[in-house]
Amino acid sequence: MSELTWPAKLIALVVKDFRVELRTRYSLNALIMFALVTLFALGVTFTGQNLTFRIHAALIWIMIYFAGLQGLSGGFVKEEESRTAMALRLYAPSSVIFFGKLIFSLLILTILVVFLFPLYYILMNLEITRIWIMLLVLILGIFGLSATSTITAAMVSKANVKGALFAVLSFPLMLPLLLVAISATTVCLGGGDSQALWDSLKIMIAYPVIVTAVSFLLFDYVWNN
Amino acid sequence: MRFGLRGVFKDISFRLASPSSLTVTGPNGSGKSTLLKIIAGLLVPTSGRVRMESDSDEIKAESRRKLMAMVSPEMNFYDELTGAENLEFFMKASGSRLKPEEIEEALNEVGLQGRGDDYLKAYSSGMRMRLKYALAILKQPEIMIVDEPSTNLDASGRKIIYDLMHRHQQNGILIFATNEDDEIAIANERINLAR
Repeated sequence: MSELTWPAKLIALVVKDFRVELRTRYSLNALIMFALVTLFALGVTFTGQNLTFRIHAALIWIMIYFAGLQGLSGGFVKEEESRTAMALRLYAPSSVIFFGKLIFSLLILTILVVFLFPLYYILMNLEITRIWIMLLVLILGIFGLSATSTITAAMVSKANVKGALFAVLSFPLMLPLLLVAISATTVCLGGGDSQALWDSLKIMIAYPVIVTAVSFLLFDYVWNN
Repeated sequence: MRFGLRGVFKDISFRLASPSSLTVTGPNGSGKSTLLKIIAGLLVPTSGRVRMESDSDEIKAESRRKLMAMVSPEMNFYDELTGAENLEFFMKASGSRLKPEEIEEALNEVGLQGRGDDYLKAYSSGMRMRLKYALAILKQPEIMIVDEPSTNLDASGRKIIYDLMHRHQQNGILIFATNEDDEIAIANERINLAR
């Protein structure tokens, strides 16, 4: 028996979560199905119509947000529902649990965006003028949504009406991020100016860092009380 | 300890030094499991505290986890993982990497030889309980906390865990909740939580 470092414990938790996810498709199926249905509905509704950059940007982030809502609460909720949370509390340090679940949410949301964004791009005949900045906006948006959903999911996991409560609690927290993500995406698609993009990016960089830091400070109390 | 307006128990005070054992008895709803969870750090008491010391220095909450193992019917492992994967994950999460032969040895000790590669969803309730003891064996804790030790276990399972409890109380601290006479007799000390 040999001693493990903190990162090795973190990797063990993420690997466990992925192993369980791949064997049950608890989050991924819900995310992908919701994304496909939304994408199909949008494709049928807006085919041949000339949408503004802002509407495209709003549709992209609304899809990511709502698809994310379907699966992102899963990490903690499933631990409580299957009563594995007690063993996890006993054996894993809370810092490992917080960052492990955050990384799991990040990876799940990344899979969703990698699947969803190219499909939207093709289906809606989109043109992106600032492709690398668009990638950065997507990465920062994913980070912000994952950070917010991780602490919100931890808070609602012990409640009776988890799904509804997760949506109600996470929406006001994610709204500022969604609004700046829509603004930044609008510029990346060709609308707006560089100053607006830079202003949005500053908020998008600060938001996940602040949410992650505050969530980490709160997590021990939320998880153990 | 209170849940909302309802008080569960009060004025509980005891000291244990290694090696020793304590059994918590009392009728249903008297708070036996709650007391064990408070000792394990899974619940925060309404008032009072649990203090753990090593050489007169208080052991901090985060470090206590390393010293403890708990077995409880309320605690589940992952159905989607095999028995061996569950043991490997929980030991890694608590900071120890195991060799496959160490896992096999622990499984043998609780009578689950050859079942390590089976998914947990294929385990009976008794086998699941045995797997929790296998994890406690691997953890080699200073303090072992057991809620209803023989729940779901057959005669051979009970013999295995009674041997384990006897061995543990000679080397560390054993705290368990039960109302079974056979089990009460194992402990050196007893707290009765009358309602």
